[in-house]
Amino acid sequence: MPMTMTQKILAAHAGLDEVHAGQLIQAKLDLTLGNDITAPVAINEFEAAGFDKIFDDKKVVLVMDHFTPNKDIKSATQCKQCRTFAKRFNLKNFFDVGTMGIEHALLPEQGLVAPGEAIIGADSHTCTYGAVNAFSTGVGSTDLGAAMAVGYTWFKVPAAIKVNVTGKKKDFVSGKDVILYLIGKIGVDGALYKSLEFCGEGLKELTMADRLTIANMAIEAGGKNGIFPVDDITREFLKGRVTREWTAYDPDPDAEYESTVELNLNEIDCTVSWPHLPENAKPATEGKNIKIDQIVIGSCTNGRIEDLKAAAEIFKGRHLADGVRGIIIPATQSVYREAIKRGYVEIFLDAGCIVSTPTCGPCLGGHMGVLAKGERCVSTTNRNFVGRMGHTESEVYLASPAVAAASGIAGHIAHPSQVGVRS
Amino acid sequence: MKAHKYGDHVDTDVIIPARYLASQDEKELASHCMEDIDKNFRSKVKEGDIIVAGLNFGCGSSREHAPVAIKASGISCVIAKSFARIFYRNAINIGLAILECPEAAEDISDGDEVKINFDTGLITNETKNKTYKAEPFPEFIKKMIDNGGLMASLKAGRN
Repeated sequence: MPMTMTQKILAAHAGLDEVHAGQLIQAKLDLTLGNDITAPVAINEFEAAGFDKIFDDKKVVLVMDHFTPNKDIKSATQCKQCRTFAKRFNLKNFFDVGTMGIEHALLPEQGLVAPGEAIIGADSHTCTYGAVNAFSTGVGSTDLGAAMAVGYTWFKVPAAIKVNVTGKKKDFVSGKDVILYLIGKIGVDGALYKSLEFCGEGLKELTMADRLTIANMAIEAGGKNGIFPVDDITREFLKGRVTREWTAYDPDPDAEYESTVELNLNEIDCTVSWPHLPENAKPATEGKNIKIDQIVIGSCTNGRIEDLKAAAEIFKGRHLADGVRGIIIPATQSVYREAIKRGYVEIFLDAGCIVSTPTCGPCLGGHMGVLAKGERCVSTTNRNFVGRMGHTESEVYLASPAVAAASGIAGHIAHPSQVGVRS
Repeated sequence: MKAHKYGDHVDTDVIIPARYLASQDEKELASHCMEDIDKNFRSKVKEGDIIVAGLNFGCGSSREHAPVAIKASGISCVIAKSFARIFYRNAINIGLAILECPEAAEDISDGDEVKINFDTGLITNETKNKTYKAEPFPEFIKKMIDNGGLMASLKAGRN
């Protein structure tokens, strides 16, 4: 039976020759992930169920990234609980302040995810690792608690949508514009319960940073996962990061896709999603009348070095508009270090921005940039729901780092070309 | 059981805003349940009431605190046209009954009195004097919900 990339990975982890959409399977896991918000609940469940062993001390990963460095006593208590658990089971991949980064930027960077692997995380953006041809998906804390103990979980094998990528990226267009455009096209439940499988000759236009951003937001279209095949770009990224053996999975030529979405990069310009759903995607050029109070550049979606590079190129020799606050958050320690080395941090400081230590912070209205009533933010994060970054009457506009930087300079939503940047 | 009705794409950020996620206490979570979409939710919900909603209920963040907050508010079931998949899984795992039934979700109005038979999947709207049919849960899921969730169920099975 012909299978999609996702189905092949699931079959291999279920010890089956083939699987079909809708089938319930039990699959072995190569990695389980939790953070400082979801892991405490998982640990409680794990302990309440009477487990006293984890399945593998290298494969249970905990990253303290959401409310860290801790914003209050309660969040400090949650991290402490994770720390105690990590010590008890001698976790080899426990990332605390000092080594931590935003989980979905950190794991690929550290080579903890590889092609063909099956991964669950108690965080909805766990789908990011599809960029390197892994099957990865978000679950809740109870699923995580059980999986940390036994190393497997159940899945319903998903049906799939093929996204056929063609054409060439325009100037200033990045993976963020591509995924916002796609969500605008298919809607926030356009891929509900399904895989989004990316293929086509246009993939060579997409850097690994682009792919990580695109796979990261598959959940914003309701997807179970988003996945790319392995090519030279993937191999180059994996070099020096992943030393263990891995298997790449391509879809069978006659794999069954419920539908095909044509995505022609030639048609995509810098894109912004208006409040309060990621599907409200429009060209950035339509935002001239949207005055803003803050920009945030960072997150698991857009906190990698390529993102900071794109922002620095816009900010170089320019300054934030009066009354706009600029918050830049490198996603990991090594991104932070690299941004200092390349001079980006100096460019951001000269532009009037602040540069923070890695944290998910403002993306979910936690800390480091919460919005007041009536305030507007252009953010490179992934959700613009009501109250996501603060007050229920604040507004979040989702955009790429280049557009966020340009908007900060203009004081309103802007395309980079509108603030005098030439490609 | 009174129905409390909401629209499409009710996300987990409005079900339980992230600013309350530093707590795992279900009563405290319940005290903020749905407050960003409906400030009166807490005062109007009575034990056993149900939520009725449109498409993609529970989309967004994977926070299990969302179904936990709903359950601890006294809600006995959520009926929707469709559910976001992580929420769906979490609800079952923590023992919150959910039913996918587009017809009921469309037809039930805010304040309607509704009865649900979980064995047959039959939903009765006593206010409008109508019935709707949802796919009932298979036995193992029903057991999981009756036992209070996945972990409680695993424990019950082991002992």
